[in-house]
Amino acid sequence: MTPTLMFALAILFLPLLSFAFQIFFGSKIGRAAHWFSLAALGVTLSLALSFFANIFITPGYALLDVSAVWFSSGSFTVELGIYIDNIAAVMLVVVSTISFLVHIYSTEYMRGDPRYTRYFGYLGLFTFSMNGIVLANSLLMMYVFWELVGISSYLLIGFWFEKQSAASAGMKAFLTNRVGDIGMFIGILLLFMQLGTFNIQAIAEQVEFGAFDGTGLLLTIAGIMVFMGAIGKSAQFPLHIWLPDAMEGPTPVSALIHAATMVAAGVYMTVRIFAFLTPAALEFVAVIGGITALMAAIIAITQVDIKRVLAYSTVSQLGYMVMALGVGAFQAGFFHLTTHAMFKACLFLASGSVIHSMHHALHKIDDHSTDPQDMRNMGGLRKKMPITYISMVVASLSISGIPFFTGFLSKDAILAGTLAYYHLHHGWTIFLPISGFGAAIITAFYMFRLIFMTFHGEPARKDIHEHLHETPGAMTTPLIILSVLSLAFVFTIPSTVNPFNSQGWFTSAIHTGENFAGLDMEVVGEALHHAHEPAMMISLTVAALGILAALLFYLFKVVDVEKLTRRVNKLGLYNLSFHKFYIDEIYDAVLYRPFFWYTKVVAKFDWELYDQKFIDWWGWLTLKISDWSGYSDYTWLDQKVVDGFGKATRYFGKELRLSQSGVIQNYILGGVIGILSIFILFQAF
Amino acid sequence: MDNLHSYLIISSILFSLGLFGVMTRRNGVAVLMGIELILNAANLNFVAFNRFGGMAELDGQVFGIFIIVLAAAEAAVALAIIINLFKNHETVNIDSADQMKG
Repeated sequence: MTPTLMFALAILFLPLLSFAFQIFFGSKIGRAAHWFSLAALGVTLSLALSFFANIFITPGYALLDVSAVWFSSGSFTVELGIYIDNIAAVMLVVVSTISFLVHIYSTEYMRGDPRYTRYFGYLGLFTFSMNGIVLANSLLMMYVFWELVGISSYLLIGFWFEKQSAASAGMKAFLTNRVGDIGMFIGILLLFMQLGTFNIQAIAEQVEFGAFDGTGLLLTIAGIMVFMGAIGKSAQFPLHIWLPDAMEGPTPVSALIHAATMVAAGVYMTVRIFAFLTPAALEFVAVIGGITALMAAIIAITQVDIKRVLAYSTVSQLGYMVMALGVGAFQAGFFHLTTHAMFKACLFLASGSVIHSMHHALHKIDDHSTDPQDMRNMGGLRKKMPITYISMVVASLSISGIPFFTGFLSKDAILAGTLAYYHLHHGWTIFLPISGFGAAIITAFYMFRLIFMTFHGEPARKDIHEHLHETPGAMTTPLIILSVLSLAFVFTIPSTVNPFNSQGWFTSAIHTGENFAGLDMEVVGEALHHAHEPAMMISLTVAALGILAALLFYLFKVVDVEKLTRRVNKLGLYNLSFHKFYIDEIYDAVLYRPFFWYTKVVAKFDWELYDQKFIDWWGWLTLKISDWSGYSDYTWLDQKVVDGFGKATRYFGKELRLSQSGVIQNYILGGVIGILSIFILFQAF
Repeated sequence: MDNLHSYLIISSILFSLGLFGVMTRRNGVAVLMGIELILNAANLNFVAFNRFGGMAELDGQVFGIFIIVLAAAEAAVALAIIINLFKNHETVNIDSADQMKG
């Protein structure tokens, strides 16, 4: 076993060890048990960093590619394996960095929780599963870990399961993901049926050498089916409904799972299978991403719960990443995944810091009815929580796409991708850049709406405000680290210090993507190059416009928001956004209600006709038959035949035993007579 | 006297006497004596057939010696049974051992 493989296995299994430790010994040790998890995750992080460092030394090819047979049956062999290339190495660092920081953050955020150690166990389980997805070299293994992150997400969303809403949010997340996962599994099996392998590299290779020549439609369908897994896991339209509800979980969990890593797993998977997605499948991917990006951004405008704003923002940004992959901007999509993980985790942890502080303040004034997450109860927190404020501003500038921050680099590249796609295809594809730039302006707007409502202006509630204070170091340190990681130079140094140039170590480590299913990446690259400058100009303008609007609306109050809302709402637009495009209601009316009606009808039919009539009739019949059969068995078979044998045996025994007289001479006489008669008989014949 | 028939006649007489003893006597020891007579009748036959049957080997004689040994063993076992019978019933009358009759 090579050291590389050992490191990779350690990255995979150390978090699992942490899980096992917390589950078996955590409650006995108590609070101090978190040191074990921190140590395990620390080691995981440093090992991940060692792989990461390697991409500078030996770029271009896979660091590790091993397989072992899991099981085989005849000619059918299933292998498990690890594949680490530059993408996986970057992803490992993203996952373990954020997981480690969230572990640190949680020691303070979850202090005093009755299930404190179990929480750390679940975090370990999640990190294990997520690393499994990242390391997997086959779709089947990825699917296994895919389900494992699903279950850890379910456990963590419903962590405070005493609250009914948290319990059902966990269920909703799990079931909604299931819909996508079924599609993904069908897609995996379609590919396996055609190619006989689950290995991603092998599939790409076979597609390259024409395994699907003439059956391109099948490959398109398989690609879309596998992508359905990403629709579920990455909360894309129309399966995005679970993610905002998932905010019922503890906030660090939202940061780790529902912002930075697990929801990005769908994007990561799409990156992995990008090489064999046909142009038609990619078009589908792009449209889904475009719809999601724009729609979620519109919803985020009107939400008042600080975490829900961020949740819809996450959905919108995931839409961006998916759209980027759809239009062929492979590098940009993965770049945005990485930068988004950093600044969105920062935003969530900062909002967690605010909620934590609000919660304590509410606890002090003995107010249990006010919602600590409602932004309308905040305001003016800037002076009380300066570190939280600054890190949140940095992350917001980053997500809005302002130069000097990471979001600018990656988002800009995505927007250039959509423009390039329009240049290449024309027609309806104008929707993609519109969606991209539209979502960009809205993103800038709602993020600064959040900042101004929370941190600026007059405190909404003086009594709460008095008791607010900055959170402890364990919570602010991760914020500082993540906001530093949201600065552009992290990704461009040492290649360039020009804030408008994204050509840094990241772009040289991540190749521009290969596609063997018919998309000419050179054409796309060329178009991207030309679209770069106009995209940058427009994106800067829209970001500035968005922030300006937020300034006017919420900081300087030049525009009366109430009045504007009423006016806009004449067309029902405000309600449309506030009620999330009524998608939950539509599902309720189209899916759940008819389904429940149907189940009721079926249950009625089942009980009244099938059960009460048919099944009971069989019961009656069986009873009759057995009655008759029992009667005849007893009267005829038992009493007559069986007893008859017994009686006959007894009768003959009674008669025959008389021959046993006890007089030995009689027996001898019998024997002599017998022998004599035999002699006589033989003489006679 | 030097032919097979005379030996066979004597042997038959011996056998019949033995059989008669076995069948008429109630005394266990007497029954045993009858059995000895029957065995010796058979012995006489073996020896006679060996002598007049034209056999070169001494198979009949050897068989006779085996039967004598067998008879000795049989007598030992039978006497032991009779002693046990006497211990239990204070008699050697074999009719008294009829507990197993039907």
